[in-house]
Amino acid sequence: MTTFRTTLILIAAFLAVFWEAAFPGTSRWLKAQVDLLPPLMVYASLCTGLTSIALLTVCGGLFFDSLSANPLGVSILPLFAVGIGIYWRRELILRDQPYAQFVLGLAASGATPILTVLLLLTAGHQPLLGWGTIWQWLVMSLGGAVATPIFFLLFGWCERAFGHRRVTETSFRPDREIRRGRF
Amino acid sequence: MLKRPQYIVLGLVVLLALVVLNLPARTATRLKLAVGSLFLPLFGLAGAGQQTAAKATDAVLPRAELARQNESLRRENQQLRLQAMQAEETARENFRLRQLFQWQQQSHWKPRLKLARVILRDPANWWRTVQIDLGSKHGLTNNLPVLTTDGLAGRISSVSLTHSQVVLIGDPNCKVSALVQNETRDTGVIGASGPFDTSLVELSHLSRSANLKPGQNVVTSGLGGIFPPGIPIGKIVDSRTVEYGLYTEARVKLAANPGALEEVWVLLP
Repeated sequence: MTTFRTTLILIAAFLAVFWEAAFPGTSRWLKAQVDLLPPLMVYASLCTGLTSIALLTVCGGLFFDSLSANPLGVSILPLFAVGIGIYWRRELILRDQPYAQFVLGLAASGATPILTVLLLLTAGHQPLLGWGTIWQWLVMSLGGAVATPIFFLLFGWCERAFGHRRVTETSFRPDREIRRGRF
Repeated sequence: MLKRPQYIVLGLVVLLALVVLNLPARTATRLKLAVGSLFLPLFGLAGAGQQTAAKATDAVLPRAELARQNESLRRENQQLRLQAMQAEETARENFRLRQLFQWQQQSHWKPRLKLARVILRDPANWWRTVQIDLGSKHGLTNNLPVLTTDGLAGRISSVSLTHSQVVLIGDPNCKVSALVQNETRDTGVIGASGPFDTSLVELSHLSRSANLKPGQNVVTSGLGGIFPPGIPIGKIVDSRTVEYGLYTEARVKLAANPGALEEVWVLLP
């Protein structure tokens, strides 16, 4: 089940990055492109293990940077920081609640671009920043927040449709059979 | 709390990220192109989707509208042929006069253009780059100018076998030496745009005595060696003195809209 989930998450990351680059709908209307990797990371941190988080971090980060002008690898650390932060405290999070998913998606989608830009500035690059960046950050955060419960729904549906189900035990036990006597 | 194997995974990811970040530029570019080529099967899919949408639009367009467009294009074609004839005559006259005064012949950019389709845009909001469907197998190399029919769009920043990355004008990594077509022929440098309005860019490093007026044309100056002279960039919107009057800066409205590029021309050497 874990392998299936991990594979599903990696395919989703690949398609998400491609969608961001190929269909600039939100960037035309809202002047900002929503990043779908942080919502995916929220799902991975809450529902899978550390190996899946690490794989999503490395693959997702490399996919994103390969289609962007970012230096290769700059998206890995911010994604991992968000993922490991949620994973650390995931026992305390009500992961099945859409409200909790929304808030976590908001926090993750808000933190990831800030950390990435900070890394870029630290490395001596000059990304396009200005007052409009605040609007872009808001759109990215809210877009990621909305996408997080949708991802939980989609992955839940995929697991029900393609994953194997656990065998449920019946309450019948042969050793507890009541034997009736003659009278 | 994290357990020991988890700390190992954590350390491995951080180490991998640091190694990738510190790769030599050449290796990093190769790795980037290799990872980017994983998307190759989907490039075709995106292109096919766009073509299907265009074909569907063509199919539902009424015959009368097509005839009107055809007529309009025919007229435009005639006008352009007349203008080309005039330009040829002017060039001949210019050549004769240069020979008469024994001036050195100016090197004009040869119109060796290749049409490319924009297939992907930068997913990050802080860069202005696009990917086009031409690569090194089509004769593309780094730093070739990229144009639209309206004006300069950018330059090639990295090339793989089948696709290339174009850094658009307005990106911090695409600086262009520009010339204002006014009496004083002021020169400056086109820099970055704002994160919001991609069609407005800064023209800096102009002299404080620059005579700028809104509507004046800005073209490439040919300095810097990447862009040939005379490619339209845009028009002056407004200007202001900066650094306590030491020099002038202007805002330029780009002729080509970088946010709505679908097809571009690559100027081959």
